Amino acid sequence: MEKLSIDQLNKTCSQVRRDILRMVHAVNSGHPGGSLGCTEFFVALYFNQMEHTTDFDMDGRNEDLFFLSNGHISPVWYSVLARSGYFGVEELATFRKIDSRLQGHPTTEENLPGIRIASGSLGQGMSAAIGAAQAKKINGDDKTVFVLMGDGEQQEGQVWEAAMYAAHHKVDNLIATIDVNRQQIDGLTTEVMDLQDLRKKYEAFGWEVVETKDGNNMEEVISVIEKAKSLLGKGKPVMNLLHTEMGYGVDFMVGTHKWHGVAPNDEQLENALGQLEESLGDY
Amino acid sequence: MEKTLNTKFTYTEKKDTRSGFGDGLLEAGRKNPEVVGLCADLIGSLKMGAFQKEFPERFFQVGIAEANMMGLAAGMTIGGKIPFTGTFANFSTGRVYDQIRQSIAYSGKNVKICASHAGVTLGEDGATHQILEDVGMMKMLPHMTVINPCDYNQTKAATMAIAEHEGPVYLRFGRPSWPIFTDKDQKFEIGKAWKMIEGKDVTIFATGHLVWEAVVAEAMLAEEGISAEVINIHTIKPLDEEAILESVAKTGCCVSAEEHQLNGGLGDSIAQTLVRNNPVPMEFVGVDDSFGESGTPMDLMKKYGLKAENIVEKAKKALARK
Repeated sequence: MEKLSIDQLNKTCSQVRRDILRMVHAVNSGHPGGSLGCTEFFVALYFNQMEHTTDFDMDGRNEDLFFLSNGHISPVWYSVLARSGYFGVEELATFRKIDSRLQGHPTTEENLPGIRIASGSLGQGMSAAIGAAQAKKINGDDKTVFVLMGDGEQQEGQVWEAAMYAAHHKVDNLIATIDVNRQQIDGLTTEVMDLQDLRKKYEAFGWEVVETKDGNNMEEVISVIEKAKSLLGKGKPVMNLLHTEMGYGVDFMVGTHKWHGVAPNDEQLENALGQLEESLGDY
Repeated sequence: MEKTLNTKFTYTEKKDTRSGFGDGLLEAGRKNPEVVGLCADLIGSLKMGAFQKEFPERFFQVGIAEANMMGLAAGMTIGGKIPFTGTFANFSTGRVYDQIRQSIAYSGKNVKICASHAGVTLGEDGATHQILEDVGMMKMLPHMTVINPCDYNQTKAATMAIAEHEGPVYLRFGRPSWPIFTDKDQKFEIGKAWKMIEGKDVTIFATGHLVWEAVVAEAMLAEEGISAEVINIHTIKPLDEEAILESVAKTGCCVSAEEHQLNGGLGDSIAQTLVRNNPVPMEFVGVDDSFGESGTPMDLMKKYGLKAENIVEKAKKALARK
C-alpha cells in the first residue's frame, strides 16, 4: 500500500474518529474512549508502517500482521480496516447489529477480512501474536507481527506468561504495544490495581522497551514505531509503551474513563462531529 | 478372571495410550512438515520426547503456562502450522477453558489439544489431577471434535488421523498400562463408530479405557446367555447417531460406559439422540457426581463402578426395563 504523508494521516484520523462516534452512536453501545485514544496508532500502522495487503488471506505470509488483544476497541479497528480497503465503508453501518460481520468484539466466525483471531476476553492476544511470529520464523518469512494490548489488561496473568515465553524463545520479530491511557472500567489503573513501572517490568522480563510519550502525536507515533523496528532481529521482543489520552479528539471525552463503554447521545454526537473534519466522506 | 473368559478380542501386550499419542505424533510429524508440538513441562509424561528429538525446530517448550500455550498454538495456525499441545487433561481443559473457547474454538483454529492422564486411572496423584469433566466441557464448544480412543493402537491411529483433519480437536487419553486389543494398522475414521461385537439383546456403547471393560462384559453376559453388542464410540463429537440408532433398533436397550462424570459425558449425548428418535431403556456406567481420590487405577475403577461387572449389572437392568 502507498504510504500516506503526516498531513494525510492526520486527515485520516479525523475521519476515523467520526466513524467511531457514528458507529457507537447508531447502536447506543460500544467503546469510544479507547478507540479515540488509539486512532493515531492504528492509522500510522495501516496507512504508513505496516507492509500488508487488503487482499486478505488468513495465513498472511510475507506480510506484516496485526493482532488486537483489547478487542473492545473494535470501532477504531473496523474503521481503519474499511478506510484502508479491507471491506466497504458502508459496512460500518452494520456495527453491532444483527447478522453483521462487525461484531461487538472482533471475530473470525463471520469472515471479516483483516481479523485473524477473536478477542474480547482479555489477556489472550499476545500469546496468539507470538505464535504467529514463530510460525513466520519457521516459514522463513521475515515480516513483523504487531500486537496491541490495553494497560488495564496487564492485570491478566496470561500476559506475563507470554512475556516470559517471548523473551526465552527470542521472538525478535514481534512489536507489542500497550495503550497506556491509565484508565480502566472502575477508574484509574493506579487505584484499581497499580501496574507500577511497566518499562522496568518488561525490561526485567528480557524485552527491549521503547516509549511513545505522546501517542496522539502522529510524528512521534511513527518515529517510535520506526525505532522499534530498528530493534528487531536482535534476539529480543520489543515493547512500545504508547501513552495516549482516552477520548482524544473530542474535548468533552478526553482523559476520563466515563466514555470507556458509553455512546454519545444525539446532542453529544453533533457536538463531537463539529470538532472533527469530514476529510474522507462519512460512510 | 478376565483370562478365563472367552472374550471376542484378546491381548498379548499392555501399553499406555499416551505412548500411542507420542508414537502417532512422531509419525504425523514425519508425514506432514506443518505439524508442530508444544508442551507445558510434561514432555516425558506426554511421550513427546521422540518428536522433540527428531524435530527440534518444530517443538516448543512452553513451561508451566498452559493458558499461553493455547494462545501460542492458535497463533501458529496463522501461517499454516498444525499445532499439537500436550499436557494433562485437567490442564488442557478446565484450566484454560476461556483460552480454548475464544482463541481456538470460536476462532476456528486448527489446533489439536492432546490430553493425557484423564480420569481416575491416573491413580495415586488423586482428584486434583483426575479430571472427569473434560469431555463435557469440550463437547459443549461449537466447532470442537472430541475423541477418546481405547488403547495404544487406536490412540496412535487417532493421533495421525487428526493431523489430517481441519479444525480444532480434543484428543483424550491416559496414563495406565492397558490391554492392546485393536489392530495395529487400523484405519481411524473420525466420527464413525466401530461395531466391535455383534449382539441382539442389549447394546454397550463404550469409550476410552472402558471399551476393554465392555469387551469383558460381553463375554460375561454371554456366559449367562445374554447377547450383547459392543460399539466403540471413539468420537464423542460428532456422534455417530446413525450407528447408535441402528443398534438400539435391533437390541431395544443399551448401556453407556465411560471414565467420566455421568453429567456431560458420552452417555448424555447418546441419551439425547435416543430421546429425540427412539427412547429405549438406557443405563449409565460412569462416575456419579463425585471427585476421584488416590489409589491404584484398578482399585479406583472398582470403587467408582467402572469395571466390566458394573457394565454387566447395568446391562441386565436395562434388559429388565424392556
